[in-house]
Amino acid sequence: MIADWAHIGPVVTAAFLASLVEAVEALTIVLAVATVRGWRPAALGAIAGLGVLALIVAGLGPLLGYVPLHLLQLAIGVLLLLFGMRWLRKAILRAAGIIALHDEAKAFAAETAELREQVARHAARLDWLATLASFKAVLLEGLEVVFIVIAVGAGRGLLVPASAGALAACLLVAGFGFAVHRPLARVPENALKFAVGVMLSAFGVFWTGEGLGVAWPGADLAIVGFAALFLLAGLGAVSVARRPRAEALP
Amino acid sequence: MNTVGAALRELLGLFVDDGALAAEILAVVMLAAAAAALVPDVPLAAGAILLLGCLGVLMASVARAARRR
Repeated sequence: MIADWAHIGPVVTAAFLASLVEAVEALTIVLAVATVRGWRPAALGAIAGLGVLALIVAGLGPLLGYVPLHLLQLAIGVLLLLFGMRWLRKAILRAAGIIALHDEAKAFAAETAELREQVARHAARLDWLATLASFKAVLLEGLEVVFIVIAVGAGRGLLVPASAGALAACLLVAGFGFAVHRPLARVPENALKFAVGVMLSAFGVFWTGEGLGVAWPGADLAIVGFAALFLLAGLGAVSVARRPRAEALP
Repeated sequence: MNTVGAALRELLGLFVDDGALAAEILAVVMLAAAAAALVPDVPLAAGAILLLGCLGVLMASVARAARRR
């Protein structure tokens, strides 16, 4: 049982945390649409986005079975490295104060203002535009969730636990969002992105290595070691990148 | 059509934000692949290049961004 969790745990956790971040971002836009035009176009757009995502998964999912395992591991590993290290770099730069933190309240205000401006310009087509905004948010953020689920789950046949982690995150965020009717601005988004960046980078190194024929010591447990190294490197990078600013202060 | 274009741009943006970082990651992967092909008896050499290379590339990218500030 413990061995099973050591195998499945990192996959479920990575899918859950990454999906949490994406779901929070999608929710912000859906709520902005609902605030400006009501729940009908917001819900219609979101449902349509989920429908297209389901079609993409149903259409492309079975094709994964035809890709040779080493090639799949290598392709997924490289994409995970690009995706995870991009997230981690951005989270480090935000934590070090080099770029601004992502603010859901600000994103909500910006989206609401843009929709209101569209009210003035295209009053007759507004419901369609509002539905489209909600559709795009769910589709684009959902594509990221689908990629993460495939990336962390497909290499070892763990798509079901990864999907369960992602689904739990999406349901949690949707539940909170509909209960409070506000964007989830208090979610520590950068800390989550930091953690997810660390985990996805660790998975990326692991799968790329497996794809190249590397037999990692400790097999799947090596992922935990890689995550610890990326975490240490990330925290070190934050502290180094912060230093010049601290020294510049009087 | 706009939505399809936005989805494709978003898809590309998932993986490439800082072009230099993406290019360096791919270079590390190619170096590791070359090591795996040239020294197949020591597969951990490719693993070490991959792991240390990725950590190095990340630190270098952050340092560059901090200097550009």
